[in-house]
Amino acid sequence: MGAECKCNCDQDKKLDALFAQYKGNPNGLIVVMAAIQEVHGYLPKDLLIKTAEELGVPLSDVYGVATFYAAFSLRPRGRHSVNLCLGTACYVKGAPEVQAMLEKEMGIKAGNTTEDRRFSLDLVRCLGACGIAPVLTVNGEVYPRMTAEKVSEVLAKYE
Amino acid sequence: MNFAELELLRATTKESIKLRLGEEPSDNFKYHVLVCGGTGCLSIGCQNTLEALQKAVESQGLQDSVKVVVTGCMGTCEMGPVITVFPEGYYYCRVQPEDAEEIVSSHLKEGKFVERLCYHAADGSVQPRKSDMTFFKKQQRVALRNCGLINQTSIEEYIAMDGYKALAKVLQEMTPQQVVDEVKKSGLRGRGGAGFPTGVKWQFVLDQKADQKYVVVNGDEGDPGAFMDRSVLEDDPYSVIEAMTIAGYAVGANKGFAYIRLEYPRAIDHFTKALTRARELNLLGDNILGTDFSFDIEIRVGAGAFVCGEETALLASIEGRRGEPRPRPPFPAVSGLFEKPTLLNNVETYANICPIILKGGEWYASMGTEKSKGTKVFTLAGKINNTGLVEIPLGLTLREMVEDIGGGVPGGKAFKAAQTGGPSGGCIPAAYLDTPIDYENLSALGSIVGSGGMIIVDEGTCMVDLAKFYLGFTQDESCGKCTPCRIGTKRMLEILERITKGLGKEGDLELLIELANSIKASALCGLGQTAPNPILSTIRYFKDEYEAHIKDKTCPAGVCKMPRKGLKS
Ligand SMILES: Cc1cc2nc3c(=O)[nH]c(=O)nc-3n(C[C@H](O)[C@H](O)[C@H](O)COP(=O)(O)O)c2cc1C
Ligand code: SF4
Ligand code: FES
Ligand code: FES
Repeated sequence: MGAECKCNCDQDKKLDALFAQYKGNPNGLIVVMAAIQEVHGYLPKDLLIKTAEELGVPLSDVYGVATFYAAFSLRPRGRHSVNLCLGTACYVKGAPEVQAMLEKEMGIKAGNTTEDRRFSLDLVRCLGACGIAPVLTVNGEVYPRMTAEKVSEVLAKYE
Repeated sequence: MNFAELELLRATTKESIKLRLGEEPSDNFKYHVLVCGGTGCLSIGCQNTLEALQKAVESQGLQDSVKVVVTGCMGTCEMGPVITVFPEGYYYCRVQPEDAEEIVSSHLKEGKFVERLCYHAADGSVQPRKSDMTFFKKQQRVALRNCGLINQTSIEEYIAMDGYKALAKVLQEMTPQQVVDEVKKSGLRGRGGAGFPTGVKWQFVLDQKADQKYVVVNGDEGDPGAFMDRSVLEDDPYSVIEAMTIAGYAVGANKGFAYIRLEYPRAIDHFTKALTRARELNLLGDNILGTDFSFDIEIRVGAGAFVCGEETALLASIEGRRGEPRPRPPFPAVSGLFEKPTLLNNVETYANICPIILKGGEWYASMGTEKSKGTKVFTLAGKINNTGLVEIPLGLTLREMVEDIGGGVPGGKAFKAAQTGGPSGGCIPAAYLDTPIDYENLSALGSIVGSGGMIIVDEGTCMVDLAKFYLGFTQDESCGKCTPCRIGTKRMLEILERITKGLGKEGDLELLIELANSIKASALCGLGQTAPNPILSTIRYFKDEYEAHIKDKTCPAGVCKMPRKGLKS
């Protein structure tokens, strides 16, 4: 499940090209995994097995890398990815209140995906836009100077 | 392209930017309107402002005499969208699309600047031009020389600003040893945090005998609250690419890697585009500028782990492994990437190299203080009026930074502390505002320059809560390889959590200090070794605040929620 591609055969070709490029080369592990994550939004199990075989890396190492880096997810993600910055500048300017409101509205704790897969909520450390803190992004779109009051308005934009 | 062709290109492109440098251009443009396209301004709508300006310029028939250029961050991100109008350098803040018509009709047509959009200082005075602004007056731009002045990905504009002149000089006139000597003379210290002398590091790598060496730029910038590396990568990528190429020549490497964190998609995008353009012009790749020197750079994107900023972890990550630090020695200069000698420097460090080569090490060393030479970029954020990107000669006082450049604390609140150096640093309280900022002074105060993040906090911030925040961060980001860091930071965090909940006990402070000292002494890498710093420094300067939490069960700043009502004092 998940590995078959629904519409994007280009994307699968891109992955196949990477598998070919890094065949037998463990140094390509993160590059290949990042590409899988980008295409599928998470790391499907069968593709991890394939990665281990193609690159010649023990599956345990693949798993080790998958769990080490925050960018990798072993579970499917929500349709909309909500990231709240909890870096220092955002923190001192009120990000914790925004976090509490996001968790309340979504009914989940940060780091999780809502039951209906509408949202994934993650905390990140500094998006480098500290001048306009606190910063929230949804699917990469930046919402500057966030407040708890603005949360429901922002979320309503995403189906 | 060869050397002569590069100079020819420079001569022609120079005309196109002269107006911004206060020189008479020979083209027809009377004004250059620079619109900030930096990340801060972008997220508050500079795109709409840009479109409105372009439309107004056209509808009023000025397209032949007014050039509109998108640049990188101009520095005052809080006041975005920002635009600058040259030749005079008028600086407009918070420019909305509806302001475009007026700027064009009044300023660009009739030569009358629009006062209401100019920067208004805290005392109410109007500072219309960049040269009038207290924000800029004490700054000196070396690493940021091109940020906010040129189109971010235009190699032509970069070349016009003397780009690739340093590389040409090095390839034509200098031996690798001479390049390294110039960097040594400059006194430049690594801007990634530790402040190690850059020239000495280059010498180590040059002295190694090996069939293959590498040059790496550390663009991980994990320190929350710091964004100078992001700005340089986005706004002036060629300055890093040119410097890495020079470094490759100096230490004998033909291959470079740029490790850029995933959270910076625009930096990755601009850097990638810049690499492609540089290759097209033969400024990267085989036989650069027709010489027998070849060098190329590959990008590696981080995957969201703070510890990957640590040099040995970063190299492991490039090799496709978990980013876990390893003991040093061997240092990367001896055995680094793929076990080959590797030169690893921070983004800002590289950004200083070309001016040092062009103007000489002595020129750079003439700025700054005795042991901390040159300029340093800081990112001002938190409770401060002018948040943004600032480059100062080292030795300016903290007060000048906060009051003159930063414009003071907003809302009539009192300045409480400047937190510098992020999770590895500490806080500097108001009593030390007159301290000149340099590596030695900050470390004597129990903090560090670090990567240059400077978070200002006011009386509404609880220092115990802030220490807890940093500890939560390092605890979260600990790679878990060694026990003092993995378990020690967890225990410290638990104690802080107790204290902020009003459940602190007599003896907690002593316990925290004891734990802090043993973790500092026994952790494997810099993350664990410096994790206790925010706690030690807040205990040092704000002990009464800890005691109020522990003894009186109150939070003087009113941040921590105390379950049991404490004694009133
Ligand atoms: C936990 C940790 C995180 C670090 N993060 C960064 C970083 O994000 N960027 C950086 O340039 N250096 C970082 N460093 C410092 C690097 O290990 C290294 O000293 C530096 O990149 C060397 O370059 P420089 O000599 O030009 O400063 C970090 C160090 C530690 C211990
Ligand atoms: S000090 Fe912390 S981050 Fe560094 S190696 Fe040890 S556990 Fe990992
Ligand atoms: S701390 Fe949130 S963007 Fe930097
Ligand atoms: S992003 Fe525009 S001034 Fe910094």
